[in-house]
Amino acid sequence: MSSFRVSGRGRVDHTQPIQFTFDGKKIKGFKGDTIASALLANGIHLMGRSFKYHRPRGAVTAGSEEPNALVGTRRGPGRFEPNTRATVQEIWDGLQVNSQNRYPSLSFDIGAINDKAYMLFSAGFYYKTFMWPKSFWDKVYEPFIRAAAGLGVSPTEPDPDHYASRYLHTDVLIIGAGPAGLAAALTAARAGSQVTLVDENPEAGGSLLSEPSAVIEDVPAWDWVAKTVAELKELGVKVMTRTTAIGYYHQNMVGLCEKLTDHLASPDAETPRERMWRVRAKQVVLAQGALEKPLVFDGNDRPGVMLAGSAQTYINRYGVRVGNKAVIVTSHDSAWYAAFDLADAGTTIAAIVDTRSEPNADLIAEATKRGIRIMAGHTVTGTEGRLRVKSVRVNPVTGSTVGQAEIIGCDCLLMSGGWTPSLHLFSHTKGTLKWDDERQTFLPDHKAEECEIAGAGRGLWGIEAVLNDGAEMGAAVAKSLGKKAKAASYGVANDRSGTGVSHKELPTDLDAGKARAFVDYQNDVTAKDLRLAVREGMRSIEHVKRYTTNGMATDQGKMSNINGLNIASDALGVPQPKVGLTTFRPPYTPTTFGAFCGYHKGSHFEVTRKTPIDSWAEENGAAYEPVSLWRRAWYFPKDGEDMHAAVSRECLATRASVGIFDASTLGKIEVVGPDSVEFMNRMYTNPWTKLAPGRARYGLLLGDDGFIRDDGVIGRLADDRFHVTTTTGGAARVLNMMEDYLQTEWPDLDVWLTSTTEQWATIALNGPNARKVLEPFVEGLDMSDEAFPHMSVAECRVGGFPARLFRISFTGEVGFEVNVPAHAGRALWEMLFEAGKKYDICPYGTETMHVLRAEKGYIIVGQDTDGTVTPHDAGLSWAIGKMKPDFVGKRGLARPDLVAEGRKQLIGLLTEDGKTKLEEGAQIVLDPNQPKPMKMVGHVTSSYHSDAAGRPIAMALLEDGFNRMGETIYIPMPDRVIKATVTGTVFYDPEGERLKL
Amino acid sequence: MLLIHCPYCNQTLPELEFTYAGEAHIARPADPSSVSDEEWRDFLFIRTNVKGPHYERWRHFHGCGRYFNAVRDTVSDRFLITYKTDDPRPELSKLLEKSK
Ligand SMILES: [Zn+2]
Repeated sequence: MSSFRVSGRGRVDHTQPIQFTFDGKKIKGFKGDTIASALLANGIHLMGRSFKYHRPRGAVTAGSEEPNALVGTRRGPGRFEPNTRATVQEIWDGLQVNSQNRYPSLSFDIGAINDKAYMLFSAGFYYKTFMWPKSFWDKVYEPFIRAAAGLGVSPTEPDPDHYASRYLHTDVLIIGAGPAGLAAALTAARAGSQVTLVDENPEAGGSLLSEPSAVIEDVPAWDWVAKTVAELKELGVKVMTRTTAIGYYHQNMVGLCEKLTDHLASPDAETPRERMWRVRAKQVVLAQGALEKPLVFDGNDRPGVMLAGSAQTYINRYGVRVGNKAVIVTSHDSAWYAAFDLADAGTTIAAIVDTRSEPNADLIAEATKRGIRIMAGHTVTGTEGRLRVKSVRVNPVTGSTVGQAEIIGCDCLLMSGGWTPSLHLFSHTKGTLKWDDERQTFLPDHKAEECEIAGAGRGLWGIEAVLNDGAEMGAAVAKSLGKKAKAASYGVANDRSGTGVSHKELPTDLDAGKARAFVDYQNDVTAKDLRLAVREGMRSIEHVKRYTTNGMATDQGKMSNINGLNIASDALGVPQPKVGLTTFRPPYTPTTFGAFCGYHKGSHFEVTRKTPIDSWAEENGAAYEPVSLWRRAWYFPKDGEDMHAAVSRECLATRASVGIFDASTLGKIEVVGPDSVEFMNRMYTNPWTKLAPGRARYGLLLGDDGFIRDDGVIGRLADDRFHVTTTTGGAARVLNMMEDYLQTEWPDLDVWLTSTTEQWATIALNGPNARKVLEPFVEGLDMSDEAFPHMSVAECRVGGFPARLFRISFTGEVGFEVNVPAHAGRALWEMLFEAGKKYDICPYGTETMHVLRAEKGYIIVGQDTDGTVTPHDAGLSWAIGKMKPDFVGKRGLARPDLVAEGRKQLIGLLTEDGKTKLEEGAQIVLDPNQPKPMKMVGHVTSSYHSDAAGRPIAMALLEDGFNRMGETIYIPMPDRVIKATVTGTVFYDPEGERLKL
Repeated sequence: MLLIHCPYCNQTLPELEFTYAGEAHIARPADPSSVSDEEWRDFLFIRTNVKGPHYERWRHFHGCGRYFNAVRDTVSDRFLITYKTDDPRPELSKLLEKSK
């Protein structure tokens, strides 16, 4: 056993030794140790290097607020985590721990050169030092800063763990299982409330775990904790440990992150690593206690310099003395008790330095009894020691005069600057804070949620006061839930309550400008940085924070906020409440992405919508592309074909004979009701009154601003029934828009809207032989050109299935779209494909569909339009029912900007050499020789190689495009300028001869 | 996550079931052709964008599908009331009194 472990002390299991590695070296600890407590038990304080200056650092706390002791942990293959708090992570056999931010080794680190160059890295250095010359930023400054500064490295392997997520509803949620939380839980549960009690530690007890000598109602503190937890469980209270309340959201929703496996050597593979709980509580009790503040003085960050309360935790909870010879420096009574506990465990206390001139007489008596030197009215002005503190510089202070220094040797320096109530979660609720002059800290004021704050979290001190407050708050929440509750009254013996004062940085007889007096350890922000920020004009605390980065590290200023505020307030000459506090935001402690992600990863990240025919496409080697949430067959490559070859073949086959295409993703909306024709007249630009049942029409949908929103073919099945199709991506949006107008503008219309997208499988047959393939399967319909002309719709049977058959074309060839019930989609597809073989039927995908429609100049909304295109701009004026009194967008089309000359209009482009294919999105200019930045007059919206046209074709939106027919325009590319001629948008069969049977 | 009361379902349900639908009580003019460019511009684009109680529309998208109106404080993100689309616009002073 190492000389720092005290046998018989602490809550670790001395009979269960555990071995882990730190930077490859084997380290022994006990079950119940954290990485930090085990390292300290082995005399190791140096645990990492700091963010900016690479200064040697050790654990300064014993809890989740730790800013320094961040390590990399490896829990087996793929399971690497950077920035694990050594003060929180429990050890187990085989855990691999590595120090961070050092090269080549922790004790000798090249990056520490930054420390010597600290003048360069002062407040606002990002904004000043590296501003000039500008060209140096990318190549010199940024790489240098990135290499030099930073925390741990990201894991490189995929995370093999899984994470869970759950909801929980509870009457009372109590956050923090220290004395206040336990008393609150007991009171509320005894009153019959349903209670959930959570704590981030592996066990309940909170500060009582560090106070074993306290006696509560004649029961020793640790026994009282055990007894209380047992009673809570008996009362049905859900007690959750290793569970951090990370955020407090609206209407009493609290996010909890429960860690389930990180403390286990061989976790069950079925157990998630972490579980995110979304808790909805009727009442919340915040019992998170208080965090100890450091004192701010030169060298307050050396390994071995630690919070006194944390040293007390290490001895009492882990049985670890943090050193052999300690100096205490404090402005609060609490540190004296840490000194006494350590002295009683065998550590020499070289001195208690108290900044107050007259500390409590009882404390002085206790110290004197132990032979401890007391230096009241003194300050600390510096420390020495390269990788561990070896001496402290102590000076007397009289008024504003700092007297002569004395050097006192030590191997640890325990400090306390008093305590800060933990207000993070309360602040998440937008509850307001009030400055408390007596305690020199912010306390909760107006509550924004149904909650109570109990104990040290609202500035109370001492176990008895906190227990009784917890009981009161437990009773209060139970009563608000209609229960009869009675708060027990607790008496506590050996209660070590006390008081203290708050400081800005401690006074010094040395040059304060050279002091490395840290306020924010994790971001390496010193008192000098804060004062510099104020000198350079920062007035608001929010500006000071951003300029210096104080409180912006992953610990969110848990230890630095009040010290930073005190210093900024002093520098500004404005009292603290006028300076204000920066905002705390969730999460309370760093939380893994995995916990937030939960089940939503891999194939569960986003749904993939598949059509009823998707499986056939997969079996037949389709390449896919995502279209909104759908995956669609993109093209069907044959052996060795690339996309270009496959698409070329599919296009030719379709125009030569027949192609088959899965159009099931088209949005479909059934518009039904006595007023459906009136509704259609109002929604779409086109006139619908005269469209007879059995006929179909291209429909254009605008917004009331006059811009194109969607389009699709719409068939009238009966006087009161329309089959509306939308773009694949627009289906939900269109239905939403229709519902909006129907419900809120025209509630008088008797119309029903139903999404039928997934009820129908839609198969498109296109090409001169399309009818020959289809006709044998059709029952109950005369398919002659006369009886069933282009733009017809009919209800019939196809392949034995009930069907809605459209004769329409998105290719310029004779085309049919067969809608059959989704379950019949694949069967019908296979029948048609089999029958089509004698016509060399060719399945094609979305790319060929795009080429074929572009050859005909058919637009795709969202590709050839962008939300600023009118029907006229797109060459679709013919689709406007000009005689209609109103439709959505009619008034918008008359807006001055929409009728103005020179708008961007959709035109065709042919490159001059007949070979170059333009890039979609490429910008167009009129004069390629003009100076940069050039005036851009439009962009290419669609561009393909067209076999039918025998050359590449493109569509573009071009300023005043309709008046530029035949003109040459230019498309500048990185390596050359491409010339193109403005044309119409129909590149194939402009007369529409091929639509005829 | 907010809990929102749907006045049609008469249930208070998680925010995930609802979608926001812009400012409320902006009626489309009955005869758009008769309004001036300025009036039409205001109908399309001009919104109050208040800091504080805001009359707005929501839709119970993953529920009954109905649009309804609400008053929500844009500072605290708290709903003061939700009501049916054909209910009259509630008076702010009474709402604020009630919420106190
Ligand atoms: Zn509803």
